[in-house]
Amino acid sequence: MIEFPDEPALIPYFTAGDPSVESVPEIIEALEDGGADVIEVGLPFSEPVADGPTIQEAIARALENGMTPDVFFEKVSEAEVEVPLVVMTYYNIIFHRGVEEFVEDCAEVGIEGIIVPDLPVEESDELYEACRKNDVDLIFIIAPTTDDERIEGIMERVSGFVYVQARLGTTGAREDVSGTTYDVLERLEGYDVPKAVGFGVSKEEHARSIIEGGADGVVAGSVFVETAAENEEYAEAVEEKTRELKRGAVSGEER
Amino acid sequence: MTANSEGKFGDYGGQYVPEVLMPAIEELEEAYDEYLSDDDFLDDLNAKLRDYGGRPTPLYHAPELSERVGSKVYLKREDLLHGGAHKLNNALGQALLAKRMGKDRIIAETGAGQHGTATAMAAAALGIDCEIYMGAKDIERQKPNVFRMRLMGAEVNPVETGTGTLKDAINETLRDWATNVEDTHYVIGSIVGPHPFPAMVRDFQSVIGREIRQQSVEKEGRLPDSVVACAGGGSNTMGAFYDFIDDEEVDLYAVEAGGSSLEVNEERAPNSASLNIGEEGVLHGARTKILEDEDGQILESHSLSAGLDYSGVGPELAYLVDSGRVEPRTADDDEALEAFHLVSETEGIIPALESSHAVALLEKEDLGDFVVVNLSGRGDKDLDTVMEKSGVEV
Repeated sequence: MIEFPDEPALIPYFTAGDPSVESVPEIIEALEDGGADVIEVGLPFSEPVADGPTIQEAIARALENGMTPDVFFEKVSEAEVEVPLVVMTYYNIIFHRGVEEFVEDCAEVGIEGIIVPDLPVEESDELYEACRKNDVDLIFIIAPTTDDERIEGIMERVSGFVYVQARLGTTGAREDVSGTTYDVLERLEGYDVPKAVGFGVSKEEHARSIIEGGADGVVAGSVFVETAAENEEYAEAVEEKTRELKRGAVSGEER
Repeated sequence: MTANSEGKFGDYGGQYVPEVLMPAIEELEEAYDEYLSDDDFLDDLNAKLRDYGGRPTPLYHAPELSERVGSKVYLKREDLLHGGAHKLNNALGQALLAKRMGKDRIIAETGAGQHGTATAMAAAALGIDCEIYMGAKDIERQKPNVFRMRLMGAEVNPVETGTGTLKDAINETLRDWATNVEDTHYVIGSIVGPHPFPAMVRDFQSVIGREIRQQSVEKEGRLPDSVVACAGGGSNTMGAFYDFIDDEEVDLYAVEAGGSSLEVNEERAPNSASLNIGEEGVLHGARTKILEDEDGQILESHSLSAGLDYSGVGPELAYLVDSGRVEPRTADDDEALEAFHLVSETEGIIPALESSHAVALLEKEDLGDFVVVNLSGRGDKDLDTVMEKSGVEV
């Protein structure tokens, strides 16, 4: 189960298999070195409907590079890190492997949480049970459209942290933080689960203003995917980007 | 069978979509339940289907085909519906529903362009903004429909991801919906997607089977021995079958695109036969039969008919195949082409390549003395593909 830090958390995401299959443990370690508090590792699925162009393209490259669930578990297990790891993937990958087996595989390689962007709480019975049995957190997403009644239902099942989607639409780096974020955070105030905000985060200022708005953590994905893809020395570049966003998150609390 | 309260047909169906869409889906479910029993809504829809759409469509006794096959063959002429395919039944229904729900923009995916055309028509007729997503490969092979959509004021967005076919167009439309969900309704074109779409689209299409039933009794004094329809996603199939599900004496045949082969390798599926050779999985919001590789990645389907070229199929149809009520069959590209020419030459009707798959079954199997084939659409849109395939230059 995920131990969430007391200070503002930075939760980077990257797509496993991009820029190469071999890069997986290196990137995980670089993210930890840069100050990541939880790391989201994306297990590619061919139909990523919740993702914008940046992550779609990374997923296509990763699949082209030969990333599969078997390779994923093998490569993740090679990473030597202390921070909690979380897998983000779509439900068909889990369903096809067998829900129980998938969660056991996660537990075995040290993955402490699972995020499934196309699995609403209504369809989560089987995965929820398997996660409980294996002490793995099931992390749900709350969207700007989610009403209080749905929030209630989601909060009954969520553990580790809740992922607050900052805006409508799909993943992808944006220039500003959406105003709807603060409204959702306010509605979550009474719930005793760490709240991490993502979707569109790419800059130090974003991280700062999200924490200022009352979040416990910041999730950033596309910006790390871009950083890993565009730099030959990807590990160094990813570590540097992590440091920048972590700095932003921490400064959000101080202000 | 109607979906149960959780939107399931057996284990199939459900709502596997991003949380951001769930409230819209709940809202749609409510609106749909309400209008299904609202006489004003139904009267309005039926009047539009009659006066704008041209319903009822004829049940035509095809004399030459009958002679050739040695039984009475009737064609349900959905090709004569306004727009040239059965798709208008559903598009009008959903566009009308969207309007009642106060949504001022509709979006849709399209493969062959028939659903996109029908949605563009419905939007123009009802005065709603409309955007269509279509795979780049499909735009290339279905140009007349692209131009028709644009003529009617719809914006057509090419989808370059994946192999640029229907599956990729659905992904992109879901992404648009997730971005604009507050004022936009997604008019899904087949009995696929999250609940309530499979049940709702089937209900809007079930007018086909109701008419077949009534017309069969009028013309032959009895129900047919079998009803045959092609299945991509499966909307014309379920539309034609739904009224006959309790009539065990009527055999129901769903004909899928066998493409170039029924072999499946890890790279690709050279067919679109998910009912015949698919595995249980989750695609585009529903648990159903899909074409996937050993890791659960979705395989790119193939068919020479763009409208059948899809890696999944409606959950209700998958359920009816498992329970034995619907017989899954395939016709390959060559058989469909042959049937295309046959119907054109013998009956003076140019069928859609999709429907040609259904017709092809007539030559492959004894379907009884009285057979109804659902001719889901007309083939004008396919002339380029057929000319190219047949090496014809005009």
